[in-house]
Amino acid sequence: MLVLTPEEWNAVVLSLKVAAVATLASLGPGLLVAMLLARGRFPGRALLDGLVHLPLILPPVVTGYLLLLAFGRRGLAGSALAEIGIVFAFRWTGAALACAIMGFPLMVRAMRLSIEAVDRRLEQAAATLGARPLAVFLTVTLPLSLPGILAGAVLAFAKAMGEFGATITFVSNIPGETQTLPSAIYTLTQVPGGEAGALRLTLISVALSMAALLLSELLARRLGRRLGAG
Amino acid sequence: MSIDVDVALRRGAFALDVAFAAGAGLTALFGRSGSGKTTVIDLIAGLVRPDRGRIAAGGQTLLDTARGLDVPAHRRRVGTVFQEARLMPHLSVRQNLDYGRFFARGRDETTGLDAGAIVEILGIGHLLGRRPAGLSGGEAQRVAIGRALLSRPRLLLMDEPLAALDEARKAEILPCIERLRDEAGIPIVYVSHAVAEVARLASTVVVLEAGRVAASGPAEAVLRRADLTPLREGEAGALLDMVVATHDAVSGLTTLAGPAGRLFVPRLDRAPGSPVRVRVPARDVLVALAEPVGLSARNRLAGRVLALDPLGEAAVLVTIDCNGARLAARLTRASVRDLGLEPGRPVLAIIKSIDFDPQGVGTGQRPVEI
Repeated sequence: MLVLTPEEWNAVVLSLKVAAVATLASLGPGLLVAMLLARGRFPGRALLDGLVHLPLILPPVVTGYLLLLAFGRRGLAGSALAEIGIVFAFRWTGAALACAIMGFPLMVRAMRLSIEAVDRRLEQAAATLGARPLAVFLTVTLPLSLPGILAGAVLAFAKAMGEFGATITFVSNIPGETQTLPSAIYTLTQVPGGEAGALRLTLISVALSMAALLLSELLARRLGRRLGAG
Repeated sequence: MSIDVDVALRRGAFALDVAFAAGAGLTALFGRSGSGKTTVIDLIAGLVRPDRGRIAAGGQTLLDTARGLDVPAHRRRVGTVFQEARLMPHLSVRQNLDYGRFFARGRDETTGLDAGAIVEILGIGHLLGRRPAGLSGGEAQRVAIGRALLSRPRLLLMDEPLAALDEARKAEILPCIERLRDEAGIPIVYVSHAVAEVARLASTVVVLEAGRVAASGPAEAVLRRADLTPLREGEAGALLDMVVATHDAVSGLTTLAGPAGRLFVPRLDRAPGSPVRVRVPARDVLVALAEPVGLSARNRLAGRVLALDPLGEAAVLVTIDCNGARLAARLTRASVRDLGLEPGRPVLAIIKSIDFDPQGVGTGQRPVEI
């Protein structure tokens, strides 16, 4: 009962790969956008804020369809990227893109809050000690907002593990290529005799989410100890 | 080595227009809260940009709005000690000290003190492995001073570094600041609203009032003036630079000698010959025309009335020249009339010795003319 079939195993591994790539690839842009939103004073800041949060409020199907329009084979970005060998449509990379977009608002939000919580007086002190703005960011802002950055990454990872609507709309449900855990569970619930497989994958899904949460809690506590009393 | 500041800035209802120059030693920016002291510090450090102005330190222009020049904070080499220590919480004490050192590598030494000497003067050697969160307020502030000095600054700013500390902690840091003032060889700009600190440390005093310079000059001249707001509540007083003459074991008193004469204070643990600066508050000086009989106060200095300045409705500030040193006495108008005090008149200044403020006793430097 608890032994996974090769297809189910594929879905688990693919989901982990998609979620990991989506999270890692979002870290840089997420940090940049969080920094811009937390510290930037520029025209269009509200627009950027809205744009980042859009996937959170749009129906996932809409986000997926928009991705299909933009990054599909005939999409504006899709056809341009295809020329340099990057293809998203109906590939696992597309699933990662969809997951990254869906998790982005959660990641940026957590990062932004922790950057805003960094005492700017410490950054001023660092500047008077001779640190250039980039050095201030790397030695003060970044380490002090690490717990929030980590929380953002875990949230994005968890979101990616569970993303369904946008992924299935954008890259469909191809076993071994784009069939992630939620898609596999959905498929199993649609065929006769699939209940046992659906249940197995559901248990794995719950276990993975719990593990991610516990890990982030553990790391946050460690970081908290390092940053606070010691 | 000198500092030249001439800046103006307006933020809502607050307007600041400050110009002063300071030389070697410690320059105190003295004034009530809200007078703009901290803003001046932020301006010199490069953390705030003025509407117009010029700031130069050690012959190097740091800011000149007329020429569109504004050296960013990280290239000004202005060490800054803030009211709160602002240590990096994620770094150890040693790493905090190394922080400024790292960015200063390649710059010339400015203080004439190496890292070991700075750590020794501040007494922070035993803290190096600790984290800032585990330090007391006084320890954290000493580390912050060390961190600023190790960044090889050409100028050290201190923004009320003792304001958040209790008396015991202040007493532990003041001697460190005195030693740094005398040994580090860089000018210090020290913000304070506490007259005792200013009297103890300053060579030059700049009094700020509502964003403007109300007075500036050698400490002993400025602190005698009772017409300046920060000094009004009976805080005006004379500074006398003296040396320890003798200790009397029987009476438990220490005799101080100076041009004005001799003063007796409760025993001071300093070797004979060491310089001491005492502050004599104007409200604690009585004036007599002749040697009084049967009076408990032992400290009596002979001098001549130099000037009489009215202080509000009922009081007069009498400046007395005691062989070159100047004392100030706050008397009522009625007393001045009854005694017939007028410039040139010989008088005896009687100082209530118990009112020597132990916090106000420091190793005074000769006031530096600017």
